Amino acid sequence: MSQDLAPLAEVGASGAPVRSYLRLVARRFRGHKVAVAALVVLVLLAGLAVFVNVMSPYEANPIPLTPEILGEAREQPTWDHIFGTDKLGRDMFTRSLVGLQKSLQIGFGVAIVSVLIGVVIGSLAGYYRGWIDALLMRFTDLILVLPALAVLIILASTPEPSFFGLFDFPPATTVTGMVIVISVLGWMPMARIVRGEFLSLREKEFVDAARAAGASGPRIIVRHLLPNAVGPIVVFGTLEVGLAILTEATLSFLGLGIQLPKISLGNLIADAEGTVGTDLAYLVIFPGLILFLIVLCVNFIGDGLRDALDPRAVR
Amino acid sequence: MTHTPPAPALLEVEGLEVEFKTEDGIVHAVNGVSLVVGMRETLAVVGESGSGKSVTALSIMGLVTKPGRITNGAVSFAGRDLRTLTDKEYRGLRGGDLAMIFQDPLSSLNPAFRVGDQIAEAIRAHSDTSKAAARERAAELLALVGIPQASTRARDYPHQFSGGMRQRAMIAMAIANVPKLLIADEPTTALDVTIQAQVLEVLQAAQRETDAAMLLITHDLGIVAGLADRVVVMYAGRIVEEATLDDLFYDPRHPYTIGLLGSLPRLDDKRGEPLRTIPGSPPGLYSLSVGCALAPRCAFAIDRCRSEQPELRVAGAAADHRSACFRAEELPGLRSEQPA
Repeated sequence: MSQDLAPLAEVGASGAPVRSYLRLVARRFRGHKVAVAALVVLVLLAGLAVFVNVMSPYEANPIPLTPEILGEAREQPTWDHIFGTDKLGRDMFTRSLVGLQKSLQIGFGVAIVSVLIGVVIGSLAGYYRGWIDALLMRFTDLILVLPALAVLIILASTPEPSFFGLFDFPPATTVTGMVIVISVLGWMPMARIVRGEFLSLREKEFVDAARAAGASGPRIIVRHLLPNAVGPIVVFGTLEVGLAILTEATLSFLGLGIQLPKISLGNLIADAEGTVGTDLAYLVIFPGLILFLIVLCVNFIGDGLRDALDPRAVR
Repeated sequence: MTHTPPAPALLEVEGLEVEFKTEDGIVHAVNGVSLVVGMRETLAVVGESGSGKSVTALSIMGLVTKPGRITNGAVSFAGRDLRTLTDKEYRGLRGGDLAMIFQDPLSSLNPAFRVGDQIAEAIRAHSDTSKAAARERAAELLALVGIPQASTRARDYPHQFSGGMRQRAMIAMAIANVPKLLIADEPTTALDVTIQAQVLEVLQAAQRETDAAMLLITHDLGIVAGLADRVVVMYAGRIVEEATLDDLFYDPRHPYTIGLLGSLPRLDDKRGEPLRTIPGSPPGLYSLSVGCALAPRCAFAIDRCRSEQPELRVAGAAADHRSACFRAEELPGLRSEQPA
């Protein structure tokens, strides 16, 4: 019995593995099978989209349209054209992947920009409270009550957007312009989440301890509060990717945003309008399926991350 | 044996008043506290929950925040008037010459940071040290407070430390910049009894190592007996008795102190007997009492106690023994007549 008792000083020190937080998170994420599967699918799809030139022998927008290409118009899916061809004989597989490329750029772009805006506004409001909080949160509410779709349509249909003539934005027909338009209306939930996290974190004793050790406000925000709020921030950012991809598709479907001949998943679907129910339905099914798959994957990954990053979860 | 604070006082608090505005009214948490801590001295502040001892400590650190406010009084530290410092000047002092150890080591360490990095950051906040040098120093400090394999454990996260180890780490962080005054706010309350003694030893060693004075805030008279040179007893935001350690334990001159000492369990207590308590509960601090705040709970209270606020006056044999009780001189006699 007494043999089992280690000397007091060594208790807890006996080769406890030095495990980093990231490796801990990775291990918990691996336990979430659906999220892992979603990540694999997402990586595969993204890989296809990025290396579309290598993966496909066809061009998305072949110029000139030769008689050979036109001759293959409206071809049902075959081994040569697994997603079929459109009315001009262009390969839908290639076109869908190029659309996916744009969607991913927009999705991740929006996630990064809106997380940045949201984190800055939310952390200032949550840490400083008082009138700063009141001002920033009323501003957030103000943007939140705008009818999002209507504003999106107005912003996206402005040919030469500028901020009160002070500086110009790229129009929403470009990827950058689209990212700006969607981000402007997408950061508010992030701001609220971060503010909420900060309001509770700032009362924690380690913040008092940091202050007692001479840390300044900005230092506490960046070094002590943000790292502890990283879970919700990452999870929201992930979900925002999916949301932005859907928003872009919606706007493109309405004829705004990226315009043909430039391809996005949204305008591919819009272009195939009227084919549902006919034998040309594959024109809308395949781009739609990719859109669906990518958003589903992103959401599953978000779920997995939420569980993996939860500090209260059992290790 | 008399022990007067060494001549150049390190910390002087004079007439400190702190209030908190709440929805139910103004809470008068500290009502005119004056105390002195000399160089290398350990002063214990004793009192039950809500007696204002922690708020006094936070006031010294300049960490009383909304809805709390220091309404009156002066705090001077090493010859500087702390209440006139700018935010930036105060930050330079905190964690430098003025360090604080908090009650709950479980929540005082940032869970998202390696322990060694947190200590290194405290070092770098106050001196121009390279990251590598600060890390090395952090490991040294952890070794100093008795963490085995310190340079390895410095790379651990707080959740990989036990409670006692976390408090050791907090002590290491507090002494990282060789403070002149160490404020320890109930440093062992959240710990297991068996760990308490070890941590107190470490605390004492840390104090010796840095030649710091210490303001020890506690409700545990056992800790006071082991560590303090002098003791201040607080009740309802006021100091009710101030004495050297021996005078306080052997010749208490305030009914509240007598009650506190009497409520300590003793080895010769009969089994099954209920623990002795002070009857009643501490007053709410929404309004200041006219007379002595203890009067409703005091066995020795007379009419004067209920109508007039007793001031701290010299009581007993020593010149540095003071009590805020009108009957301080009669107390030893009264006690022998009536067993507490």
